[in-house]
Amino acid sequence: MAKISLIVNGKPTTADIDPRTLLVNFLRENLRLTGTHIGCDTSQCGACIVHLDGKAVKSCTMLAVMADGHEIETIEGLAADGAPLHPMQEAFREHHGLQCGFCTPGMIMTAIDMVRRKGYDLDECTIREELEGNLCRCTGYQNIVASIAAGATAMAKSRIA
Amino acid sequence: MYEFKYHRPETLQQAVDLLVANEDAMLIAGGHTLVPVMKQRLASPAHLIDLSHIEGLDSIEMRDGLLAIGATAKHADVAGSPIVCEAIPALAELAGMIGDPAVRHKGTIGGSLANNDPTADYPAACLALDATIVTNKRRLESDGYFQGMFSTALEADEIITQVMFPLPKKAAYQKFRNQASRYALVGVFVAGLASDVRVAVTGAGADGVFRLTTFEEALKKSFTSKSLEGLSVLSDGLNSDLHGSAEHRAHLIGVLARRAVDSANGKT
Repeated sequence: MAKISLIVNGKPTTADIDPRTLLVNFLRENLRLTGTHIGCDTSQCGACIVHLDGKAVKSCTMLAVMADGHEIETIEGLAADGAPLHPMQEAFREHHGLQCGFCTPGMIMTAIDMVRRKGYDLDECTIREELEGNLCRCTGYQNIVASIAAGATAMAKSRIA
Repeated sequence: MYEFKYHRPETLQQAVDLLVANEDAMLIAGGHTLVPVMKQRLASPAHLIDLSHIEGLDSIEMRDGLLAIGATAKHADVAGSPIVCEAIPALAELAGMIGDPAVRHKGTIGGSLANNDPTADYPAACLALDATIVTNKRRLESDGYFQGMFSTALEADEIITQVMFPLPKKAAYQKFRNQASRYALVGVFVAGLASDVRVAVTGAGADGVFRLTTFEEALKKSFTSKSLEGLSVLSDGLNSDLHGSAEHRAHLIGVLARRAVDSANGKT
């Protein structure tokens, strides 16, 4: 077993885990943060994307022990229960950026990382290129791209980084 | 995944000591090859030594006229580094083409070179740019370093610490991606160095990255894509799989090499 101590969605967390535990399993099973999904389990689909020290990473391809001492943000961390949604979440809702919703948490975490790195003014080409590591099997991406562009603009207006 | 004991050294010396003391130990940095391989039980180290917390091992700097990139520098760090962008823009571009944004936030240059995947991008850059791979024990020239797919000159107690790149006069990388995996179906790195021209090919060779000497000779006479016209690449020794035949890869090498030379010459 290995002791880990990290910050998840702003909350200091400690645990004693089997070193084999993947970060995604630690989040889902130990912390019951089931918004982060396991899709392909082979680092391709992006359903498991969370932020590690503010950067998008695939939590199915990372050991939880390697997150020791770091800060993790999951989809649950974007808006408190009952509080208004994060502008990017709201944009996905408004622009119908999801159908079944399975890929959505990963899409939104990727989208926010994208805004942080590429700025608020995202053209379609940039968004599509940056979505390379996120798969959606319902939408055909059209409305996801529209949602991200709108979400980025909304983030600029609400001054969220 | 099979059980293992996890170690997190804080210094390079601690990491070396752990590697020597523990039989069946493996190093991990970004883990973007090793974790998937362990999940599939294709690798089952008894000890896992995490290099990601060794301070300074991810530094990127100019030293003695060479670009020195630390082993745990991530692909995103290299792609976004103003130092790399100024010194060897082609290398920054290559790093920005690896995998996807989330993968680039974790994968490292040292991991890529230690693994020597036959379709990885960095081996082509190192071989074409005549880089030196620095370890805890010695300096390895890229020509002797890559020893066939997934095989390198690294010894069991050796850890890559840095990669030193001489600055080329001109360089460019062209990659034809596998649409699903984003790995190189074929990638060609062309470098016009101070007194040499080197062309390295990844993705295509059945035995990993290799230099294309016929192209190098032609480019030494004239560093133009025209000088490569009419030169053919033999399909012998090239990969043939469900993604493409050896003949297709041979054809792509020619196309990509010409494009890379044009790109290095500032023609797009």
